[in-house]
Amino acid sequence: MDVLYLLIPLSVLIVFGVIGVFWWALQSGQFDHVDREGERILHDE
Amino acid sequence: MAFHDKASTGAAVYNDKVVRQFALATVFWGVVGMLVGVIIAAQLTWPALNLGIEWLSYGRLRPLHTNAVIFAFGGCGLFAASYYVVQRTSQVRLFSDGLAAFTFWGWQLVIVLAAITLPMGMTQGKEYAELEWPIDILIALVWVAYAIVFFGTIGLRKVRHIYVANWFFGAFILAVALLHIVNSAALPVSLGKSYSAYAGVQDAMVQWWYGHNAVGFFLTAGFLGMMYYFIPKQAERPVYSYRLSIVHFWALIFTYMWAGPHHLHYTALPDWAQSVGMVFSLILLAPSWGGMINGIMTLSGAWHKLRDDPILRFLIVSLSFYGMSTFEGPMMSIKTVNALSHYTDWTVGHVHSGALGWVGLVTMGSMYYLIPRLYGQKKMYSVPAIELHFWISTIGIVLYIAAMWIAGVMQGLMWRAVNPDGSLTYTFVESVKATFPFYVIRLAGGVLYLGGMCVMLWNTVMTARSGRVDPVQIPTAQAAHA
Repeated sequence: MDVLYLLIPLSVLIVFGVIGVFWWALQSGQFDHVDREGERILHDE
Repeated sequence: MAFHDKASTGAAVYNDKVVRQFALATVFWGVVGMLVGVIIAAQLTWPALNLGIEWLSYGRLRPLHTNAVIFAFGGCGLFAASYYVVQRTSQVRLFSDGLAAFTFWGWQLVIVLAAITLPMGMTQGKEYAELEWPIDILIALVWVAYAIVFFGTIGLRKVRHIYVANWFFGAFILAVALLHIVNSAALPVSLGKSYSAYAGVQDAMVQWWYGHNAVGFFLTAGFLGMMYYFIPKQAERPVYSYRLSIVHFWALIFTYMWAGPHHLHYTALPDWAQSVGMVFSLILLAPSWGGMINGIMTLSGAWHKLRDDPILRFLIVSLSFYGMSTFEGPMMSIKTVNALSHYTDWTVGHVHSGALGWVGLVTMGSMYYLIPRLYGQKKMYSVPAIELHFWISTIGIVLYIAAMWIAGVMQGLMWRAVNPDGSLTYTFVESVKATFPFYVIRLAGGVLYLGGMCVMLWNTVMTARSGRVDPVQIPTAQAAHA
């Protein structure tokens, strides 16, 4: 099952990428004031 | 391409031209893809309809059907929705009109090349990845441009918060890029022929890592993005729980990547890999239903709107089918269940419950919201026609999936039946014969679904002809974090 030498490292990299993006989102305030954000799209036009 | 980016007053306007192009293409390719589906369903029922012509043979038309409905119909719908939603929620015009136009024409070229090469028998033999290597390269180029336009627009946004739908679109775009590039790796030997970089069961593993993630990211995450914008807008209510939408997003994208092996139960794939696929597929039920509940409960306090609004009905019923399919899928991922269902028509029933029920209906509902607005109208030309479309599609779906469930379980039971002396009770051809009436019912369901799509095409043409293309100004002076 040699293709695992590709798929597993690739998946681990992806997981790190996902964690990185999540970290950025947290730090840049994407999860602040979440209650208001759902409403916002109803007022955008 | 800057000359259309200002209204006559000099105010900045959205690029809705590419949205309009993709929305019209969605409806058109929907009819084409579903027509090919009806043709191949008829061929399975009456094989004489292969007509002895290789370009019309089932084996060559089947991938044309799957590619047309997933990538032409579904793909154009996702392009239209994501370009519309990212602009409106970011309150900024698309990052690059030129690249956006390239994605439109490039994608149409991919579709046309598929329509030519697949009936000619050019195929890589990988499900949902049949297109040969030159077209794969074109897909990669279009996709890179798409990513640049989408993420570039997010980068230019005037609203600091990135609305949840955009997270789903973003994950869909990045995942599909990765999946396509890895799975399509091949060694070309001529313009129309290449060999996969992988072989045997290794190739099968990569193929179904791709295949299931195509379902998870293209057909699920992408359309959840669509759902999270168009349901609140049509219902005029915010998403039921914005918090839940964030949580289930992260859970979904993490879990989906590992479910692929459930396509390979009881094959040469190692047992432990099969078990990983089964377990993660079962776990996947939770984040999927999180999305379904969130979308449906958005109507909390406004259920009465379903009585009078067929567009909302399309959107909410699509979520019911989504819930059904994301329950059925994990069940079918259990090895013992799969031992019965694999290679039967139950799999086909499951696919079409998700495809016709979830993907089809959510795209139709979203386009019915979008198309009038792209022509300066509040409603489609005919709302009764939307009603008609809803009912004939829903009946079509139910006929289709019920026929396939019965056929599938019957096939699984017939194939495993043994006599007391250990010999098989039925020959294979006996199971084919027993399936015939269900193929007739399935064909009827498919014809109804195609009929509904034709009603939509008519309604769309009438709306476009009686409407007016007016640039929409981008709101100004919006506080970046209100």
